[in-house]
Amino acid sequence: MNDTASPASGSPASGSPASGSPAAASIWRTARLVAGKDLRIERRSRVIVNQVLPFASLVMVLFAFALDNDEVLQRTAPGLVWLATIFALLVVVQRAFAVETADGALDALRVAGVSPPGIFLGKSLALAVQLLVLELLLIGLAVVLYEATLTATGAVLLVTTLLPATTGLAFVGTLYGGLAAGARGRETLLPLLLFPVVAPVLIGATRATEAAFGVGHAAIDEGWPWVGMLLVFAALFGVGGTLAFGPLIEE
Amino acid sequence: MSERQRPGREQPRQHEQHEQHEQHEQHGNEDSAHVATTQTPLTGPGSAATSPVGNGAGTGTRFTRILGALTLVAMGVLALFALVISPPDVVQGETVRILYAHVGTVWVAYLAFVVTAVSSAAYLWKRTSSLTWDRIAGASAEIGVLFMAITLLTGSLWGRITWGTFWVWDARVTTTAFLFITYIGYLAVRGLGGTHQQRARRSAVVALLAVLEIPLVHFSVRIWRSVHQDASVATGNTDVKLDDTMLFTLLLATVAFSMLYVWYVLHRQRVLHLQDLLDDKGLDLALAERRSEGRPDASAAAPTTAASTPTATVSAASTVPTKDPVS
Repeated sequence: MNDTASPASGSPASGSPASGSPAAASIWRTARLVAGKDLRIERRSRVIVNQVLPFASLVMVLFAFALDNDEVLQRTAPGLVWLATIFALLVVVQRAFAVETADGALDALRVAGVSPPGIFLGKSLALAVQLLVLELLLIGLAVVLYEATLTATGAVLLVTTLLPATTGLAFVGTLYGGLAAGARGRETLLPLLLFPVVAPVLIGATRATEAAFGVGHAAIDEGWPWVGMLLVFAALFGVGGTLAFGPLIEE
Repeated sequence: MSERQRPGREQPRQHEQHEQHEQHEQHGNEDSAHVATTQTPLTGPGSAATSPVGNGAGTGTRFTRILGALTLVAMGVLALFALVISPPDVVQGETVRILYAHVGTVWVAYLAFVVTAVSSAAYLWKRTSSLTWDRIAGASAEIGVLFMAITLLTGSLWGRITWGTFWVWDARVTTTAFLFITYIGYLAVRGLGGTHQQRARRSAVVALLAVLEIPLVHFSVRIWRSVHQDASVATGNTDVKLDDTMLFTLLLATVAFSMLYVWYVLHRQRVLHLQDLLDDKGLDLALAERRSEGRPDASAAAPTTAASTPTATVSAASTVPTKDPVS
């Protein structure tokens, strides 16, 4: 990741030293600052905690109403968890960029010469933290409401799944959220762009979670290849997003 | 400029109607009657290119006119081969004829999306950056989406007859559907507005991200439904020992649809160029109007109320007569 970030920073980063590693260091510093800012906004406004988490929980209850069968719910619990995550992702991404566009904050960051890769990584990091909390809540709900069972080895697999899956979702969400934020007032476009891209995460994370929950006689070992796929996804969109975010918001 | 474009726009329309009649007659003579049903709507606009538009005012050039005529001929021959000359399949019977349209359109759709990706990259690469690349990408994506829709439609119809189901969660089929949705999104991004450069950069990035996305979707769906991996559309049910006429018809379909694609992209790209020009023109006109509004105001700035009546009659825009004379 360090290798890919440094050439990207070469052209757009202004104010950072020309040599490779200090530029990369400044990107990480920017990323940490942006992520800290986003999380601080969340800590003070509590929009995700007070609105998005209840919404995602409600989706889980609505799934139960729609499917109306304990066995089916237990069987489909992993898929429903990730489906609810992806619905909530949409809301979280819109929130993340509503914060930026409200007072022209993104424009201000850009004009101030903050490196776009830094903004991208920072916003992704903040998004990933928020998503992780959300996913833990949803998994807890799946255990409580859908009678999903979790063993110790299953929990190891589950946590290992969560990390790359969440990172991938955060990268993709930040990337397309930035695109939709650039075009003001066209949030309806976001799901159309976002959902086809996150489909591999839905497939991979659901299969891995099935293995972790032991649903449908799935063994734990069946989950690990999917974790690999999620890692590839996260890495590709991390690199792609770092390179593409600058051209997307520089307008 | 606008005087030249106006007649240019109306001229091909007249020719189009005129030529279409001719082409219909040609079709009638060349092929059997039912050929015209599917082919003429596609090749119909082609006659606009073959029309001799004077002084280069339309979007047709000598090359596109010749190409259009050749495409028309190729489509006619294809219809003849696909519907009449080629034999019915041993297993599938007459339904195999759907595949000629299916294979031709899916080839064009994938070709179109590759062209979109390549020209998007060409736009983003600084040394070759030009709005022409952006317009080629847009035109190519448009026809790609259209042909992908035809592909999915013909494929599901064929599947219903042959497999007994409209849809199979085969990796190739699912990826194709995802590609379709993704490029609908791409076209929506193109329609977001902003300057031409904004549109171009934004859509180029989306097009390149699609290149990243599609292999991942294909890969994940393939492992997800590894059971169906063998039941691929292109080679699954057709015999390996293809009849020579059938093979020729398939190749002909690919060539004919590719020619149609090239013809369409050339024209569409030029139309997009004209649209961009029109947008710029409209902006210039609006600016000029604003300036002409402001100028009399600025010259007679001191007596504001008295001077408002002549300015209103001159600019004929009474909405904002006392606009600030900054411009």
